[in-house]
Amino acid sequence: MSETTRDNGSGASSGPQIGQEARERHWSKTRNLTILVLVIWAIFAFILPWNAKALNELSFLGFPLGYYLIVQGSLIVFVLLIFFQNWRQDSIDDEAGVGDE
Amino acid sequence: MIKGSFIDNLGRVYAMYTGGFLVFIILMAILEQFGVSAATIGILFVAFTVCIYALIGWLSRTMQVEAYYVAGREVPALYNGMATAADWMSGASFVALAGGIYFGGYGYLGFIVGWTGGYVLVNSLMAPYLRKFGCYTVPDFIGTRYGGNVARFCAVVILVVTSFTYVTAQINASGTIAARALQIPFEFGVWIGLLGILLCSMLGGMRAVTWTQVAQYIVLIVAYLVPVIWMSNKQGFGIIPHFGYGDAVARIQELEPLIGLGTAATEGAPFGGVRILTTPHNDPQGGMDSWKFVTLALCMMAGTASLPHILMRYFTTPSVRAARKSVAFSLFFIFLLYFTAPALATLTKLQLLDPNLATAVIGQSFEAVKSLEWVRNWESVNMLWLSDSNGDGILQLNEFFMRPDIVVLATPEIAGLPYVISGLVAAGGLAAAMSTADGLLLAIANALSHDLYYKIIDPKADTKHRLIVARVLLIVIGALAAMIASLQLTGILGAVAWAFCFACSGLFFPLVLGVWWKRANTQGAIAGMVCGFVAGSAYLYYVYTGGTPWMGIDHLRFGMIGMPVSLIAMVVVSLMTPAPDAETQAMVDEVRIPSGETILDAKH
Repeated sequence: MSETTRDNGSGASSGPQIGQEARERHWSKTRNLTILVLVIWAIFAFILPWNAKALNELSFLGFPLGYYLIVQGSLIVFVLLIFFQNWRQDSIDDEAGVGDE
Repeated sequence: MIKGSFIDNLGRVYAMYTGGFLVFIILMAILEQFGVSAATIGILFVAFTVCIYALIGWLSRTMQVEAYYVAGREVPALYNGMATAADWMSGASFVALAGGIYFGGYGYLGFIVGWTGGYVLVNSLMAPYLRKFGCYTVPDFIGTRYGGNVARFCAVVILVVTSFTYVTAQINASGTIAARALQIPFEFGVWIGLLGILLCSMLGGMRAVTWTQVAQYIVLIVAYLVPVIWMSNKQGFGIIPHFGYGDAVARIQELEPLIGLGTAATEGAPFGGVRILTTPHNDPQGGMDSWKFVTLALCMMAGTASLPHILMRYFTTPSVRAARKSVAFSLFFIFLLYFTAPALATLTKLQLLDPNLATAVIGQSFEAVKSLEWVRNWESVNMLWLSDSNGDGILQLNEFFMRPDIVVLATPEIAGLPYVISGLVAAGGLAAAMSTADGLLLAIANALSHDLYYKIIDPKADTKHRLIVARVLLIVIGALAAMIASLQLTGILGAVAWAFCFACSGLFFPLVLGVWWKRANTQGAIAGMVCGFVAGSAYLYYVYTGGTPWMGIDHLRFGMIGMPVSLIAMVVVSLMTPAPDAETQAMVDEVRIPSGETILDAKH
């Protein structure tokens, strides 16, 4: 993708020639994926840490579960979640013919 | 000369660099065996690494706008991930995180979750869309999406306040480390630190900062992991401590009531900054504890997703897909440090508390502890204080005062590792502080030179002029920050969390809704930025000057006030004023598609 020779201030009319309908389908899939990702994120960022006291009654890999999630489990989920989202998003983009690589 | 072939050979260049650094460490270890003094080794570590950064900065010098502002948009995802990780992990992450966990328990762990989970927001809401936009700075996006100089100007103001709050702390940290390693007064250390920072960024802008940050990441992660793993092996906590310290957590919980955790100190230390351990290691109480955890995590996450010096790193990748991929790598590289810090805090605490371990100090003879070498070292610099308050000749938990920062720095000494490790840790802390300061100073100078000078004051300025202005601003702002840092207003400088709250109060919703809500218009964005930022700052002022926090929302989480105000103001004002024109709406449609040309052209 050439970045240097271009004369396009607004950009509004440029871009790949895909129809309005395809655009909307692409965006609604993107939006649904984003919502799914944010729900999983909220569970591991807020709901489970909120209940750390109760979860500490359970044990995981020798750790109290609530503690484990906060220091390690949620972090691992966040890393995997981003890789997962990118994998899904790439296929959504490719399907719509707007993958950029 | 560095282009093309340099990008093609990145793997080889940085592999050689890493190998060279490891050889240097071994060389230092050998020198130590030959009796070279600890002070000399410290100086060599700092001098060697800073010279390398400066060399990279010199090799990456440029007079092209695109290279200066966005590193020519040719940074591969993996390397941008490393650079972002270094940009992100400040002196505070490196030095203070483990200490915070040691002293703060569950309440502090909100930072760990917040400072990692924020990247999920960066990836799903921000980075790919801002990259598609093709902006040079964050205010560039606000200014173009919403149109008009007022919106752009508001974004510049918030960016400057946010980044400046943060950068003084970084210059302070690099000054402290430089002062200790080079054995010069702190006031000089600050200026030496600034000199190093400017050498990395001034000649090559974003391009130079990118390649030095990659080098700094390698130093800082090696410097963080090696001592922890070494300590773990030496003390018998397992080869890789990260997955097996559950027993240590249980043992600490078992010991806490036995050693009188929570007993208040009967004497105060004669100097500030040191404290006794009073918070249980893992004892969430639910209710208010949970609320405070979640609000802290939320402010840090939304702040992460609106920090300009982080977002601008994703403008440097070759494509939208690469921008997303580099967010994933960023979080992975950050994760390596963040999941190590709790292990470090736990194992160090256990070593000090558990009477079955040779390293224990609590419950031991007062005189014996007092004469330990590491205790004397840190006591002499007012980072540690012991007093046999009850006169029983035994060191009690409430008689052992320690500065949280030294948990990382003193761990190698507590565990009896050779001095070379302490030199390595100093180099790592310096790398962390310098890399973050680089990114922040560049974010401020770029916003002022591109958005304020070029876009608002003198749109006809030529390339040469713009880049000279950018560099002059870099020096001026750096000097200003160093001046404030040398005043050592620690109460203010310590508050890294403030930067996150400023950012999320003012910028989070205008940025997110710019992509996700077509109806958002100029008036709404201005209202969102101004109201959120003013409300957050006013609340901070109220709490900081002694006001009673409302629902436990203290000065660390004032974003909880700023964000809702910003959202409501932005939505209400947008709906009360006309919808944006068709061109703007089409622009938003275009941003949502990864392929095709950027919204702003390369020479904007």
